[in-house]
Amino acid sequence: MSRLIRMDQTGHTTLAEWETDDPIAVQEAIAAFRAQLDQGYFAVVSTGEGQAQQVQELPLQAPLVILRRPIAGG
Amino acid sequence: MTTEAGALPELASVYWRPRVNERRLVRTARLWTLCTISHTLPFVGAAALLVALKPLTAPVAVILLVHAWIIPELYAARGAGVVRVRRSGAPPAEGRAMLLLGDLLGHRARELYAQMGLVIEPGELGTWLLGETGALLVRRGGRRVHCYCVRATDADLPPSDKVAHLLLALRADEAGFATVANLSFSGACWRLRRRLPAERREALAAAMAREAARSDCAAGPSALSESCTQG
Repeated sequence: MSRLIRMDQTGHTTLAEWETDDPIAVQEAIAAFRAQLDQGYFAVVSTGEGQAQQVQELPLQAPLVILRRPIAGG
Repeated sequence: MTTEAGALPELASVYWRPRVNERRLVRTARLWTLCTISHTLPFVGAAALLVALKPLTAPVAVILLVHAWIIPELYAARGAGVVRVRRSGAPPAEGRAMLLLGDLLGHRARELYAQMGLVIEPGELGTWLLGETGALLVRRGGRRVHCYCVRATDADLPPSDKVAHLLLALRADEAGFATVANLSFSGACWRLRRRLPAERREALAAAMAREAARSDCAAGPSALSESCTQG
């Protein structure tokens, strides 16, 4: 089961869960993913120890996709 | 400005900054040292001149020397400020945020974060220490540190989520992360160390030890030790 989560004021919120063989869940996850990107979130997936990758499309095979807010110099 | 594949999207907001790399970090460190010398040397020179011309003015010379000492200390204090803050979040939200951050970290890094409030993360440019509102980069050799002011743009996030934001951005694009962040201090680790709270000093010491070990490993096969093989 893959998960799309958003880091927010509650700690984090699970926005979607899907299996690749469940087209309805996949479509819902893609829709949720795009809606969050439109709101200014960035999506990141872990790609191994100490590594992560920015993604613009929902990677359906990834077990965990994390949405984060932009960072900025203080 | 062309954006490299995999580069942080936030780079668009600092398009005028050249992307940080090893050479630029070395240059920045040298410039910072030169700047500090240019601020302190006049005081030292004036103190020496006063004593040479009129030994009676020694007390004034001492005051000038104190000024020369204080200036780099103030810079170091500013650098320490980027990781000094540690706020406790509301229990349910912070608990969930800590769970997520813990999932992103290895066992050792998780332990260090619980004890010291900073995430230790090895990178290509050095070893990073990430806090809620800033990051320290301990450079190869473990003697110099760069302090960066950088934070998640949502101020209402739980503390551990703020750290997780920085961690994910760092892992996605280390050079981009260092470019987006604002440099607040670059100097000797010992100078910064004295300005940090006790638990943060331990984190800095751990990063310094790691970089010293990496430096030894890079020195050649004769310096190879168990720590090299353990990474």
